[in-house]
Amino acid sequence: MSNYRIEGATGTWEVVIGLEVHAQVTSNAKLFSGASTAFGAEPNSQVSLVDAAMPGMLPVPNRECIRQAVRTGMAIEAQINAWSRFDRKNYFYADLPQGYQISQLYHPLVGEGQLTIEADEKAGIPADKVIRIERIHVEQDAGKLMHDQHPTMSYVDLNRTGVALMEIVSRPDMTSPAEAGAYIRKLRSILRYVGSCDGNMEEGSMRADVNVSVRKVGDTELGTRTETKNVNSVRFVMQAIEHEVRRQIDVLEDGGQIVQETRLFDPNTGTTRSMRSKEDAHDYRYFPDPDLLPLELDQAFLDECRASLPELPDAKRARYTGELGLTDYNARELTAEVETFARFETLLAETARALGKPEAKVATPVANWSLSVAPGVIKALGDEGDMANATPARQAAILKMQDAGEISGGQAKEIFEIVLKTGREPDEIAETEGLKQVSDTGAIEEAIAAIMAANEDKVAEYRGGKDKLFGFFVGQTMKAMQGKANPAVVNQLLKDKLG
Amino acid sequence: MSDLTNLGVKAIRDGVAAGDFTAREVAEAFNANVAAAADLNAFIVTTPEHALAAADAVDAKRAAGEELGTMAGVPIGMKDLFATRGVQTTAASAILEGFKPEYESTVSQKLWDAGAGMLGKLNLDQFAMGSSNETSHFGNVANPWKANDGGNAVLAPGGSSGGSSAAVAARLAPAATGTDTGGSIRQPAAFTGISGIKPTYGRCSRWGIVAFASSLDQAGPMARSVEDCAVMLGAMAGFDPKDSTSLDAPVPDWAGALNADLRGKKVGIPKEYRMDGTDAEILASWDDGIAWLKDAGAEVVDVSLPHTKYALPAYYIVAPAEASSNLARYDGVRYGLRDLPEGAGLQDMYAATRAAGFGPEVKRRIMLGTYVLSAGFYDAYYTQAMKVRTLIQRDFNEAFDKCDVILAPTTPTAAFPLGDKLDDPLAMYLNDVFSVPASLAGLPAMSVPSRLNAKGLPLGLQLVGKAMDEQMVLNAGLAIEQRSGFDAQPEKWW
Repeated sequence: MSNYRIEGATGTWEVVIGLEVHAQVTSNAKLFSGASTAFGAEPNSQVSLVDAAMPGMLPVPNRECIRQAVRTGMAIEAQINAWSRFDRKNYFYADLPQGYQISQLYHPLVGEGQLTIEADEKAGIPADKVIRIERIHVEQDAGKLMHDQHPTMSYVDLNRTGVALMEIVSRPDMTSPAEAGAYIRKLRSILRYVGSCDGNMEEGSMRADVNVSVRKVGDTELGTRTETKNVNSVRFVMQAIEHEVRRQIDVLEDGGQIVQETRLFDPNTGTTRSMRSKEDAHDYRYFPDPDLLPLELDQAFLDECRASLPELPDAKRARYTGELGLTDYNARELTAEVETFARFETLLAETARALGKPEAKVATPVANWSLSVAPGVIKALGDEGDMANATPARQAAILKMQDAGEISGGQAKEIFEIVLKTGREPDEIAETEGLKQVSDTGAIEEAIAAIMAANEDKVAEYRGGKDKLFGFFVGQTMKAMQGKANPAVVNQLLKDKLG
Repeated sequence: MSDLTNLGVKAIRDGVAAGDFTAREVAEAFNANVAAAADLNAFIVTTPEHALAAADAVDAKRAAGEELGTMAGVPIGMKDLFATRGVQTTAASAILEGFKPEYESTVSQKLWDAGAGMLGKLNLDQFAMGSSNETSHFGNVANPWKANDGGNAVLAPGGSSGGSSAAVAARLAPAATGTDTGGSIRQPAAFTGISGIKPTYGRCSRWGIVAFASSLDQAGPMARSVEDCAVMLGAMAGFDPKDSTSLDAPVPDWAGALNADLRGKKVGIPKEYRMDGTDAEILASWDDGIAWLKDAGAEVVDVSLPHTKYALPAYYIVAPAEASSNLARYDGVRYGLRDLPEGAGLQDMYAATRAAGFGPEVKRRIMLGTYVLSAGFYDAYYTQAMKVRTLIQRDFNEAFDKCDVILAPTTPTAAFPLGDKLDDPLAMYLNDVFSVPASLAGLPAMSVPSRLNAKGLPLGLQLVGKAMDEQMVLNAGLAIEQRSGFDAQPEKWW
């Protein structure tokens, strides 16, 4: 249970949140036509006769869209319905050429599933929490109206018309904006792992309808909910909830009632406003689409869907902390995004090979390098660096030198910086630029002898039991060596000499 | 050369192939008949150049010694519900007036591929909704037949394929395409003394046919003989990946396998079709049919289709429900009529466009369909109707355990005068009472002429077969055709 509570004038309130996420299915063609789905094309350049709803045109399901939705269902451990059916949702709008959306009301493709959001103390999520997912169904997206092209008319772009969407409907299991945010991030991560949706919220590939109601702590009845449509970022979803919660509490505490209605979120003000109430809601007149047969999936198809699933976020995180011995923090950071873990796993394999060690032995330095060292250098360098120069082989070469004690952490950064700027090889840079640690005991011993001679008093104090002075000798030695001495060698020699 | 227009599909094809006459001669003869028959109003547009071009292509192929298609040299009429590339396609509605598709329906394309040519686009009831061809925006079609009772009333050619039935009966075309949703091939065939078959649902692709009720619509041929129907159906049928409800099954050689010897076959007579008040001449025609099929060697058995009386009400829920949704796309936004009053918003444009574009019968069915699908009524109407539909299918399944084909009248009456039922939709709907059950069950069904009634008007007999068994339907139809001796023709008055 989240600890999100709102103190009102009449008592303490809690919030109940359910999300309907629309995720655009990654596929080359639309759900029922062969037209392309690429984003950003010229208006009306990706419209088939079916999309434009010309007389006599018929929909034919695109197997790939169905496959992606099934794989998504499997990734959230959901019931897959081998028999499902398409229904028509009837309403008139200029962006809906058929006059109906083909969707799945009565028999969705995917039934009950779930995902887990992770504990996040700072965000007020004290423990891992399972969020139940009621269903996933597939449906057609609508086109887009353009109101800025003509003084009195609106234009219609049908490129998006008929693109496949998955509508992923959660149970009302979330009780704070943070949980809702975590849910969307987790869902997005799963979708991107599976490859069924690019999760790009800016381009509208993923958007959420946010259902919110409030009730007094201790009440068991759900309050009347509102639905805020088409919210297109995690931050906006959280803002919309916060605003709705505050608004609903104010209404209720003023003695008013919440109207069950559809609302719109205004990203500029972070507020929601009424779009239409239940009274003037459409009667969608759902009925089974007579142009389409029921969708029946055979075992071979389902088996292929399951076999094609990659390692999913939870499993990967468990493997990172278990097999690879990474910290919880590192594991979570590395598994959050597909690109991040992909880069990490490539570098890990490359480094393990370069060092001739098992991955588990090099995972921690590679993780630290991937999450903090390398990003720090890249960020500091800005436009001066070229990421194309940072090949896994070069990064592995740096990590190898560091592992062998040939370079220090600081030198590794300097070398990486030069790699990014020039594309030169790390070994050559270390050699040419003198970026190597001295492990030659002779030179270090010489320096130590000089320092001990110059600081006889401190040597005596140290030997008299003032252990803290060890750091002083290390610092002096490193300074004498101009920072290039191998710290481990320095430590060992100092211990030997100081006795 | 006017006698060429008395020839049917197979005779024309074989004559062209044999060199008895050229395809061009045939096309010219029919073009001339079409041009001279404006009084019948069977065509919305005529396309003589299309017929000639197709004929010339066939003649050239023959001259080059190439193989000819099964419809080679046969000019036909195309119901104006089929999209034809570059040729106006209207569904007989003002809302599509002037609409020229950039695509060709699968069925029409198959016919052109088989060597047929197009004489023109045939009139029909608006969006195929009607039983008299009186709902067309382009005026009613006249039945070439007239009663011999001294009156001069113009009769309905049946509907919705009224242009098709009139054109074939009047020798304006040897054959025509029709579509059948609740009887729209069979009833007009019966009213005009010709044959027509609605195949099993899914045999002919619906791609490119303006949709009325998707789960019922099915294309089929209308011609003057059973054999011609078989030949043409063979050219029209076949799996189409562009239609998800298309049957993925091979197309048998129906024409080649025609066989009127019905020994060993059982013909079912459904007792529920013997309704109170049915015209005595219709019943007499039915008895003729029974006798002819017995003569062909069949055993006649009684069968029961107990849910028959619910078929018509169920049909008039399911079909309008689907239509109300299918016709939503005619909204003035992308093609067809747009009525945009000064200062109008989107909703006003929809209302004005659809008010101006749809005829009264289409509006009636859109409203019916919208009503039965609306919240609170859906279960009472649509869900209930779908249950009835299942029961009707079960009735037929059980009947076909006892017989191979069912014989019944096609219609409860002969052709009626235009205007007779226009003000009484229920009376009009009742005309489909014998044809609707087979539509709801998706079964192949055919009408063949039996005899003229006392007024000199043709009557039809209906054969309903098992799913996928068009052959049995055609064979029984052939047996009737061979015994009825029906060779009456309407006297030319147009």
